[in-house]
Amino acid sequence: MSILVNKDTKVITQGITGATGLFHAQGAREYGTQMVGGVTPGKGGTVIDGFPVFNTVTEAVHATGATASVIYVPPPYAADSIMEAVDAGLDLVCCITEGIPVLDMVKVKQYMQGKKTRLIGPNCPGVITPGQCKIGIMPGYIHKPGKVGVVSRSGTLTYEAVWQLTSLGIGQSTCVGIGGDPVNGTSHVDVLRLFQEDPDTDAVIMIGEIGGSAEEEAAYFVRDHMTKPVAAFIAGRTAPPGKRMGHAGAIISGGKGTAAEKVAVLEKCGISVAASPAEMAQALLKVYKP
Amino acid sequence: MNIHEYQAKGILRSFGVPVPDGHVCYNSASAREWAKRLGDGPWVIKAQIHAGGRGKGGGVKLVRTPDEARDVARQMIGMTLVTHQTGPEGKLVRRVLIEKGCNIARELYISLLVDRNSSKVTMMASTEGGMDIEEVAEKSPEKIFMEAIDPTVGLTQFQCRKIAFSLGLEGKLTNKMVKMVEGLYTTFMDCDCSMLEINPLVVTAEGELMALDAKFGFDDNALFRHPKLNDLRDYDEEDHNETEASQYDLSYISLTGNIGCLVNGAGLAMATMDIIKHYGGDPANFLDVGGGATIERVTEAFKIILSDKNVKGILVNIFGGIMKCDVIATGVVEAAKQVGIKVPLVVRLEGTNVDKGKQILAESGLNIVSADGMADGAQKIVQAVAAC
Repeated sequence: MSILVNKDTKVITQGITGATGLFHAQGAREYGTQMVGGVTPGKGGTVIDGFPVFNTVTEAVHATGATASVIYVPPPYAADSIMEAVDAGLDLVCCITEGIPVLDMVKVKQYMQGKKTRLIGPNCPGVITPGQCKIGIMPGYIHKPGKVGVVSRSGTLTYEAVWQLTSLGIGQSTCVGIGGDPVNGTSHVDVLRLFQEDPDTDAVIMIGEIGGSAEEEAAYFVRDHMTKPVAAFIAGRTAPPGKRMGHAGAIISGGKGTAAEKVAVLEKCGISVAASPAEMAQALLKVYKP
Repeated sequence: MNIHEYQAKGILRSFGVPVPDGHVCYNSASAREWAKRLGDGPWVIKAQIHAGGRGKGGGVKLVRTPDEARDVARQMIGMTLVTHQTGPEGKLVRRVLIEKGCNIARELYISLLVDRNSSKVTMMASTEGGMDIEEVAEKSPEKIFMEAIDPTVGLTQFQCRKIAFSLGLEGKLTNKMVKMVEGLYTTFMDCDCSMLEINPLVVTAEGELMALDAKFGFDDNALFRHPKLNDLRDYDEEDHNETEASQYDLSYISLTGNIGCLVNGAGLAMATMDIIKHYGGDPANFLDVGGGATIERVTEAFKIILSDKNVKGILVNIFGGIMKCDVIATGVVEAAKQVGIKVPLVVRLEGTNVDKGKQILAESGLNIVSADGMADGAQKIVQAVAAC
């Protein structure tokens, strides 16, 4: 078992005829993911490198039985693509696209109310259940099947944590990048809840960053609802206030959302916090014996 | 992206939000001229720089005659204004805003922002205008009123009325406030703002409402659909390297340390700064080359890092996902050829095409220290810089 995706998950790629979409669809297929086709409006009926292309998500779902999609559509059109995937009734949508206007995402969130689709991202690396299903842009070889769940706002820091685990021989159940935008589909708490309920996840590494209060809420969730050990790292201890550190969400404003504040709350809630980003796996080993 | 106060007021005026009559001036003669044109004084002369706290630094002055307007403008234009937001080096004043003074009866506060928790645009109002809102939130949270706005229907009349009544407005002022709040919401949505703050919003002795100051935050991701906003950029106010970097889609922020960083991914870039500090070093910048970096962009990134004279060493930390290690490696080699890297260079590569990347660096003949992991890389660059 695992969360969100497994070996039976059938995935379509929205924006498959773009260079990025195709490259990562091929990469996921090589990894063993069931990549069953793609969508590019106007190119329906064609085939690209063995992937059947459809005009709409609904058509693609009918023809392939896909239950998940991954989006590589450029930012001005990506919000529309998410809503199309939701409308088609998919269970899971991973939006990799970076740079979607935040007011577009406000509309998307409202549109998704009461619908069954779970959105991961945008501006994220995607989701992987090692050895079974890779949806997104993460390098497959750094992962190893196992029992540790990883959830993060940052893509490359997720790789860092995974690589530290794998290097120590510790495998992962599922790794989820929830994305660095201020308005996104799935929160740290959502993923922690899934890990807590997943019989094949024994422990969790959570990676957060400065800005907002999602990490604090996650910490209280861990304290009140989780029995599994959790380790964490918060990026941005050295970030100056008022500067947006790449991610639209990563900004300290008015003294709020600092790393120090977050670390204090996390530690108070019983989470093992890594002092440096090179020590994420060690921080987990302080509270978890594989 | 930031804009000047006079530009912010211009935008508000175009959306029907009342602001004082005023005009931007680039020299003292024009300040005198505009004082006459704006009608009876007194007037206020305000230094236009991208930083708050101007009043305390001597950047806001009341004048009573056109000649005085000229004299004060002459003093202000060309002065270096130091406020708590500019840093000790201050900012050069190149333009001033002259506007009609008004008789303030009450000072209120209104802002709009995207609330991350509810994923909705939210309006925030307070009776404590003119104060730092974070301070109000801490000391007297009961004086702050919030209205979350439903994206499908937008701001409703009853919400506007609630805001007006919660601020203690009565009679005709209630309707004026409803109109003003609607204007602010339209401005926020039409300009793709991330934040719009009116502090203070004043009630005048004559019973009018007016936005006396205005601060805009724009969503950089939405600037593509607002080409006119881009024209409002004042490159003099921006860090030269940050502007240069943005031309190449690099996310760069200059800091005060001496170790340059080149990283892919915002989270890893922040973490790289953190780990440098953890081992006793001091980062000179935040630089995220992004996922789709080309060889050209990596070369430009090196040029920008090296143009900072404080940089005594560079740490490259790449964990390739979308980003391929061989592209980074080729960029490093290319940059070394083009600009010459005379400071210690430590490179840590992992992820997509890592072997190809390492091979390119090894065969380049350049003096590159390769690192095994983040901690190793940070320790090596901190040591190398300390030895300089």
